[in-house]
Amino acid sequence: MTKRDRHNLLTGLLFISPWAVGFLAFCAYPLAGSLYFSLCDYSALSPAVFIGGQNYRDLATDGVFWTALYNTLFFAAFAIPLGLVVALGLAVLLNFNVRGRGLFRTIIFLPSLVPMVCLAVLWQWMLNGELGLVNTVLNPVLGVINGILGTDWPAPNWLADARFAKWGIIFTVLWGAGNAVVIFLAGLQDVPRHLYESADIDGANFLQKTIHITLPIISPVIYFNMIMGLIGSLQVFAVPFVMTGGGDGPERSLLFLATYLYQNAFDYWNMGYACAIGVILFLVILLLTLAACKLSERHVFYAGK
Amino acid sequence: MTHDPPSTPPPVRTIWNRVLCVAVLLAGSGVPLQAGAGDGRIVIRYWEKWTGFEADAMRSVVDDFNASQGRIFVEYSSVSQIDRRLMLATAGGVPPDVAGIWAANLPVYAENNALTPLDGPARERGIHRGAYIPVFWDMCHYRGHLWALPATPASVALIYNKKMFREAGLDPERPPRSIAELEAFNGKLTRRSASGRLQTIGHLPEEPGWWNALWGFWFGGKLLEGDSRVTADSPENLAAYRWVQSYPERFGAENLLAMRDGFGNFASPQNPFFNGRVAMILQGNWIHNFIRNYAPPDFEWGVAAFPSSDPSNPQAVSIVECDILVIPTGAKHPGEAFEFIAYVNTRAPMEKLCLLQQKFSPLRECGPEFFQGHPNPHIRTFLDLAKGPGARTAPAVTTWNEFKSDMGNAVSRIWAGKAPAQDALGDVQKRQQKNLDRRIERWRRIAPAHTKSWREQ
Repeated sequence: MTKRDRHNLLTGLLFISPWAVGFLAFCAYPLAGSLYFSLCDYSALSPAVFIGGQNYRDLATDGVFWTALYNTLFFAAFAIPLGLVVALGLAVLLNFNVRGRGLFRTIIFLPSLVPMVCLAVLWQWMLNGELGLVNTVLNPVLGVINGILGTDWPAPNWLADARFAKWGIIFTVLWGAGNAVVIFLAGLQDVPRHLYESADIDGANFLQKTIHITLPIISPVIYFNMIMGLIGSLQVFAVPFVMTGGGDGPERSLLFLATYLYQNAFDYWNMGYACAIGVILFLVILLLTLAACKLSERHVFYAGK
Repeated sequence: MTHDPPSTPPPVRTIWNRVLCVAVLLAGSGVPLQAGAGDGRIVIRYWEKWTGFEADAMRSVVDDFNASQGRIFVEYSSVSQIDRRLMLATAGGVPPDVAGIWAANLPVYAENNALTPLDGPARERGIHRGAYIPVFWDMCHYRGHLWALPATPASVALIYNKKMFREAGLDPERPPRSIAELEAFNGKLTRRSASGRLQTIGHLPEEPGWWNALWGFWFGGKLLEGDSRVTADSPENLAAYRWVQSYPERFGAENLLAMRDGFGNFASPQNPFFNGRVAMILQGNWIHNFIRNYAPPDFEWGVAAFPSSDPSNPQAVSIVECDILVIPTGAKHPGEAFEFIAYVNTRAPMEKLCLLQQKFSPLRECGPEFFQGHPNPHIRTFLDLAKGPGARTAPAVTTWNEFKSDMGNAVSRIWAGKAPAQDALGDVQKRQQKNLDRRIERWRRIAPAHTKSWREQ
């Protein structure tokens, strides 16, 4: 290595050092530390004592952990596809060349600017079983349905009833779909016009053009939004935490893995156990992301390939 | 003879930049700081959990202390989520000198070596059990050591709406004296609409549900035997939670859910007790302040011991709580910190604090003028409950937060009709016994080092 090379290397290292130091201190060390502490009995204030895989063995028989894992996977299984469908549907509508398009785009994007905590408080009241706006709208609809079918279905007590609580959270999170809409919109505007023109000449209708042109072309965008949704859904924390006042919801129906991790670390002083939950959460996200990557090889179309 | 060069004053823009930086840092910290003494006194940092008028009450006592002597200055901060912040600050080696926490959290802090034992300093100053209402002094102990001194105490009682009693044909000066009587009153106070929906109810164990884990106390039960055996599913606790279970069975789980969904926040005029939807609740002595702020002006309320299942039991049962002052491990000025804590625990400052916070004093001696000037007309009832033999505390175990969460979940399952009391409590018993065994095992590993260090301190 010449003197000049060494100088260049040092200069380069110096330039990336703010990021490198930040990464080592705030990502690499916590990651490695979590892995080590997950093998310890550790309360943050007493010295960590190595106990091997005991935390993982305890997790395997901890019913509350399995409830939290089930709730998290349930939430992800419905929130991700619903989020994608709603965001894509809105993006397609906002892509039509109609008057006031800019205004509509702004209105759809605005809710995603609302901080998560405010969103949670707002929806806490929207979903109130007695006084909430959602049931005010739902009650007359259910009245008509009950009249026709002769049934007696009441509007749900969304957040107070374990059967509906997770759906309440899913609807709340859907309200912030604006970010994904913007990304979809950018993808839709990148679809080459000449493909639509060719399809028009061939007599394709809107649905055929959507299935055979739009969706394949924007499949990398769908894939990106899905991965982001997957990671975000499995880490869901702020909305249910605020909506339940830091609790678990009725019959622990709103206890998610991230909440259980937080409770163990900061409420129960089981930092080692919390680290083990963190490692499991990391592995779940990693495995599902890898599965999504594998799936993308067959279903995602890259024009450059 | 030399002269120092005259110092050039910094340009105005630089000064403003500095001021701005400091302001941004303070605003970012989220901690309202009181300015330091700036006169060479030893500054001790004090974090207190209270906000609002309770924080102002303690601030007033701190100001008195700062004015009373010239050696120590207490820098007082009202800190939210103090349990977590104190844990992290202590782990990071930068704890405050004094912290105000709840007594229920004392075991977990003490066992994790996060607090300084106060046996020695208390002995030197002649601070002893005889000066306190015993239950509050005992709450400051764990594993044979004194870790804290009381700040303000509380007890809970049956609070009832006299107007609703009168409208239901009940004597407003005659509250229920047994659980059976409470339920008889409940029947008279409950009103339904034509469609069968609950309009008002006499009593709901879930409203506000802050002590869902401890209903067993009124049935002669407890959650812990000694310091190692969990008794969540004891016959007495089973009786208590069968009583809780009787509510969804009698009124209908859906009906109760719908009714509770219409209740407003505790600190609001929509609180179901203040707006006449629930006639009897279990609440603490602080309720007076909320009634004054949120209930209608003509609201009439009475206070009595919450009735027990056994009317022949002369003990009036109550849950007592206390907020306490501790010195975290690693505090820079533990001696000065104790001097401040000891000052708060003298009669005049303690009475001032408790009067301003609308509570009773944890000290055994209390002057008649304290009661004459007290805004809460029922304060003596709460005090008597705390002094009585029926005063109960949450179990002093390091697993209390998990225990409480599990009991809350058990009640949630019972309430929804998903599990009978026996199954729900059986699950808590298994889980919490295992949990406690694990903590006892952890304690055995760390005990020798900790106890040696505590003895030396």
